[in-house]
Amino acid sequence: MTSTVPASGVAAPGRARIGQGTLRSDRWWLQPLLVFLGLTAFVVYGLVRTASQSYYFVPAYQYLSPFASPCVSASCVPGSSHLGVWFGTFPPMIPLAIVTLPLLLGFRLSCYYYRKAYYRSFWLSPPACAVPEPRAGYTGETRFPLIVQNVHRYFFSFALLISALNTYDAVKAFQSPSGFGFGLGNVIMVVNVALLWGYTLGCHSCRHITAGRINHFSRHPVRYWLWQRVSWLSARHMQFAWITLGTLVLTDAYIALVSAGVIDDLRFVG
Amino acid sequence: MSYEGSFRVWRGDDDAGGLVDYQVEVNDGEVVLDVIHRLQATQAPDLAVRWNCKAGKCGSCSAEVNGRPRLLCMTRMSTFSPDEVVTVTPLRTFPVLRDLVTDVSFNYEKAREIPAFEPPKGVAPGDYRMAQVDVGRSQEFRKCIECFLCQDVCHVIRDHEQNKPAFAGPRFFIRIAELDMHPLDTREGRAEAAQDEHGLGLCNITKCCTEVCPEGIKITDNGIIPMKERVVDRKYDPLVWLGSKIFRRQT
Repeated sequence: MTSTVPASGVAAPGRARIGQGTLRSDRWWLQPLLVFLGLTAFVVYGLVRTASQSYYFVPAYQYLSPFASPCVSASCVPGSSHLGVWFGTFPPMIPLAIVTLPLLLGFRLSCYYYRKAYYRSFWLSPPACAVPEPRAGYTGETRFPLIVQNVHRYFFSFALLISALNTYDAVKAFQSPSGFGFGLGNVIMVVNVALLWGYTLGCHSCRHITAGRINHFSRHPVRYWLWQRVSWLSARHMQFAWITLGTLVLTDAYIALVSAGVIDDLRFVG
Repeated sequence: MSYEGSFRVWRGDDDAGGLVDYQVEVNDGEVVLDVIHRLQATQAPDLAVRWNCKAGKCGSCSAEVNGRPRLLCMTRMSTFSPDEVVTVTPLRTFPVLRDLVTDVSFNYEKAREIPAFEPPKGVAPGDYRMAQVDVGRSQEFRKCIECFLCQDVCHVIRDHEQNKPAFAGPRFFIRIAELDMHPLDTREGRAEAAQDEHGLGLCNITKCCTEVCPEGIKITDNGIIPMKERVVDRKYDPLVWLGSKIFRRQT
């Protein structure tokens, strides 16, 4: 893949005159391409599954897909409304978890890691380090709409509540028709929730709130201890961001397959 | 093992220039700067290259090797195969003076725009007392050797010359972070100034600065993002602003 020299930038007067925009000879285009494909695949999967309004709940074991939680519409199948019914029947294509999905989308869209990922792979700003971006103008996050990225901490607060809700769903799913029970679906849901907590608590806004904003750690030992834990997660935020996309899809797909009767849940107890 | 390596080195000045091909001997254990020095000694005595310590601590020999911002003295020849052509150019974000030497005075101008450390009144140098745990974050940024590779790779100015007056760059964002996080610095308004005067909002955190830092400083995670959050505290978050007024919270 080659790139052209933009109007300004590395071709600006005074800089070394080199005809090519980048002299990188490695496969610098591979990472943004993979990120583009990965994020696009997740978005397409999520749109299809949430718009389908089907196969999101297994009544026998109380498995509820995270893509449909909380299910608060009269359209929800009986037993899936863990928080009650707040709305009437939804028309087709409207996600049943309309209360939480926009907030989760906002959390991930304004996440410091995902910003890097989609600025590079979707907006090519820049596509890779020392590779010129295609546009001559650039204002970064100084103007609307990108200045709105600064509300990330509010989305983080909502994401905490939603992680708690996912935890509740995972606990409630330890059921069978005869009472307590668990199967492979529970293992998948618990692992998903644990990783979601890892992603949520590793948020850079969380790191700032715990103790990042203070200058005297020695006066706040508990906050400093929390900050160290969050810093560990935060350093792995990218890994958690990708793994949780995978576990969300896995959890939803497994529940969909069991719900549709394509496979039987592998039961360990009950 | 020795072999004849193929090199393309940019030769020229701010008027004209281009890549020139050379065949130069390469020996085991050498770095790109060794080869450049051999090139000077054997074929191109007028080749201009800035260097000093040869140990990755002075930040002088910054250049671009195969299109990637690198220190010439820290780029091992063993990372290339013997048949690979190694291309060496000057930094492409700053005006070139000659060959591999660029004019990095942009960075010194930006450094002068940042107000210095302000200790508490009545505390003289030598009387500063602070807990190690409080000053640890600032010390990470003191590792900076000012090679300006982060400045070179930052697309905000690399790809947009017009942003230079408004944008200090990652090296100076960690300088501001170092001061704003310092337990004894008393100057108010550093975060606001980072946004309003030094262009922090132009950064879109694509992390190239962190990728190229030869000191391994977590420029984005530990410097720029924490400063962006502090800017949100002081400029965009009404709840934090209200809390600071009601409870007079201090850091």
